[in-house]
Amino acid sequence: MQQISNVEPAESGKKQEQAVLSLTHAAKTFGPVVALADGTVEIRPGEIHALVGENGAGKSTLVKILAGLHNPDSGDFRLSGEPVHFRNVAESKAAGISVIYQEPTLFPDLTVAENIFIGRQPKGRSGLISRAQMRRQASELFQRLGVPIDPSRVAEGLSIADQQIIEIAKAISMEAKVLVMDEPTAALSGVEVDRLFAVARALRDKGTGILFISHRFDEVFDLCDRITVMRDGRYIATHRTADVTVERIVREMVGRDIGTLFPKTEAEIGKTVLNVDGISSAGVFRDISFEVRAGEIVALAGLVGAGRTEVARAVFGIDSYDSGHITVEGKPLKPRDPQAAIAAGLGFVPEDRRKQGLVMNLSVARNVTLTLRNKFVTAGLINGAKERRAAQEWSRRLQVKAGSQEHAVSTLSGGNQQKVVLAKWLATDPRLLIIDEPTRGIDVGTKSEVHRLISDLAGRGIAILMISSELPEVLGMADRVLVMREGRITAHLSRAEANPESVMHAATSSTGVTE
Amino acid sequence: MSETTTPRSDAPAAAPGPIADSSKPLASEPKGRTGAARILASRDAITIYALIAFLIYAAIAIPRFASPVTTGFLLLDVIPVLLIAMPMTLIIITGEIDLSVASTAGLTSALMGVLWAGGMDIWLVLAISLLAGVAAGMFNGFLIAVLGLPSLAVTIGTLALFRGLALVVIGDNAVANFPKDLTAFFTSKLGGTGIPTVMIGVVLVMLFFGILLHFTPFGRGLFAMGYSKEAATFVGINVARSKFWLYVGSGAVAALAGIYWTLRYTSARSDNASGLELAVIAAVLLGGVSIFGGKGSIPGVIAGVLLIGTLNYALRLGRVSDVVLITVTGLLLIFSVVAPSVGAAIREWRHTRRVRRNFSRTTT
Repeated sequence: MQQISNVEPAESGKKQEQAVLSLTHAAKTFGPVVALADGTVEIRPGEIHALVGENGAGKSTLVKILAGLHNPDSGDFRLSGEPVHFRNVAESKAAGISVIYQEPTLFPDLTVAENIFIGRQPKGRSGLISRAQMRRQASELFQRLGVPIDPSRVAEGLSIADQQIIEIAKAISMEAKVLVMDEPTAALSGVEVDRLFAVARALRDKGTGILFISHRFDEVFDLCDRITVMRDGRYIATHRTADVTVERIVREMVGRDIGTLFPKTEAEIGKTVLNVDGISSAGVFRDISFEVRAGEIVALAGLVGAGRTEVARAVFGIDSYDSGHITVEGKPLKPRDPQAAIAAGLGFVPEDRRKQGLVMNLSVARNVTLTLRNKFVTAGLINGAKERRAAQEWSRRLQVKAGSQEHAVSTLSGGNQQKVVLAKWLATDPRLLIIDEPTRGIDVGTKSEVHRLISDLAGRGIAILMISSELPEVLGMADRVLVMREGRITAHLSRAEANPESVMHAATSSTGVTE
Repeated sequence: MSETTTPRSDAPAAAPGPIADSSKPLASEPKGRTGAARILASRDAITIYALIAFLIYAAIAIPRFASPVTTGFLLLDVIPVLLIAMPMTLIIITGEIDLSVASTAGLTSALMGVLWAGGMDIWLVLAISLLAGVAAGMFNGFLIAVLGLPSLAVTIGTLALFRGLALVVIGDNAVANFPKDLTAFFTSKLGGTGIPTVMIGVVLVMLFFGILLHFTPFGRGLFAMGYSKEAATFVGINVARSKFWLYVGSGAVAALAGIYWTLRYTSARSDNASGLELAVIAAVLLGGVSIFGGKGSIPGVIAGVLLIGTLNYALRLGRVSDVVLITVTGLLLIFSVVAPSVGAAIREWRHTRRVRRNFSRTTT
């Protein structure tokens, strides 16, 4: 693991300003999962500070600590030099930290002004809420921000961009010292982004410290003064934007020597198992075509929200699609019928193990045999002995580390839970396995074990469709990479063509669509 | 059931993937108990122990309690709850609820009265009444499983609707002149044991639902659905179809309970069995079924029903007023719901403490 290297050239002449917010070596675990190992960030007054990292790098956990949603297990958290401990969101807000999320949650039935002053409405002489005063103060705020929003209209029906502006107005009215913007531009159009940036710059010039989280490098480089990079829950480096290139940031985000860590064993690529021909689903994905052959690992890359999981769900029959065809080994696959998909030889290891992949309060054995529940039946009843034998066999083959087969699967670590999910699908003897985020929430040690397992499965002739937001995983494992952006496949890359730049480019850039 | 240890040395050649070096089993995990020990320590078992303990106490402390007469009256009293609790257990395990059961029983009873009074053959009356229950269940099932409406809202609606229909069917009348041999059969006992003859049928219903829940693929699916509908969908369980049939089953059994009620008390009225749904749900929860779904067992529920039934009966023998009876039942229910949450909170607290300790050890 790389050492913490604060790449910060001494600012000549000027005295080092005191940070308005500093978080040092913050850690947070959830049961056996380490969400944040070393969260470190320092925001100065009057700067826009970018926080970048791959999905799962620990950015959200860090933001939640700042917002008072999570209490860090350890680490040092200071505001203007004073150590702070927030027990809840209200305390964080009161101390001057405001967080603006990708999709703000306003009260739709209240007016804009009421939303801004919720819980601290200005009172008139009678001690009752003074609507006039509230409206006037809200108008003043919008004037300062230079945006024309009517304070008396209800919040329902406002665009996401306007809702964010209202959140910012609220932050200003609370005299926020630090404004955290968590992927604010993800749902905005170009004009709206420009307006948001103008507001952010104006706030910066008045001395507010802003933490800006984004996947879009052009925005980060356009807007931000400094950039902090995170990877695998750890702080990597902080740079002045002027001193650094996109390539360097990408390298630091990805971090590892890709080739050696994710060995894909050579497998003979056989005949086509899955053929997806032009499927579309209104508003979700459009004109998706690809095939996966036996022994091949095809990765679906792209940013969160690009529609990758939705495509996989449609293939497996969880969701329906409007047009197009799917065939498995030449035979058409019935849409919207997971049972038919399983019968055709498909397996699906979903993204969210806790909600979708496993029944957490059932035992390891029961989970492993859940897909096979119709196979151990004698005269309509489940044959317990057969069931237990199969469960044991598969847990043993995948090296599931559990105290007992009878323990609830929730007592296992993330990596072992993932092995149980894999076991339950391998037990069905699948022809194609769809694996969504195979190593999400799994500690680094077990990650490589899961990778080896997947590559081994391909070696046995199973076709694998892997969705992953982790670039090293995609580049290290996949024979071919399909990149999705906004519901469409924007690039088909061979193993040789795929590199961090080409994948990131196809995933983020709205212009150059590579072939 | 055997313990499983981590295979280190005897990994077969077929095993995909070599063993990672982190292959230590979690040291703090309790070692696998045997199946029997696990069942004896589970939460449903606590209800069973409580039932046994209470029966022993009542037999010693309450005069006239341990007698065939007691057994007979007690069982006759709990049969409707016991019947309806069976499908209710399955429904609550899937995370849903059916509040319309008592009204379905009432509707069945009203229908029986009117058809019999109209001169129809008694066996045909029974068959039609049972089918009415099935139809009521299908109506619930259609709204909940097919249209996807929330079961709480739907069955509050049908609770009122079916009771209203019962009133429409029979009005304020009561029909009492059912065939004597049939009503006598419903209160007859097996020899000198005091056990009602109809218990044979009730036991068959209990066996049916017990086996369905615990020993069939369908039952496995219900637990999965109750924990997470998505997880169930991902393993190919048809959630909507399973739910539909559960409500049909619930309607059918509620009709059986309605028929029983009518013939046992020799009275078909529109308000028969009213309020029974809450007694059923109380007993099911007391029997260890989680109101959030995903947990529970038929033996536990049977113990829950019998525990509430015996407790009420014993208190009544002791001439305790109804107010106290209701209070005791309420307290029991709250305790049964609160106890697992308290247990979980304690476990969570211990876990957090352990994690923190381990964490500070590794980082410092």
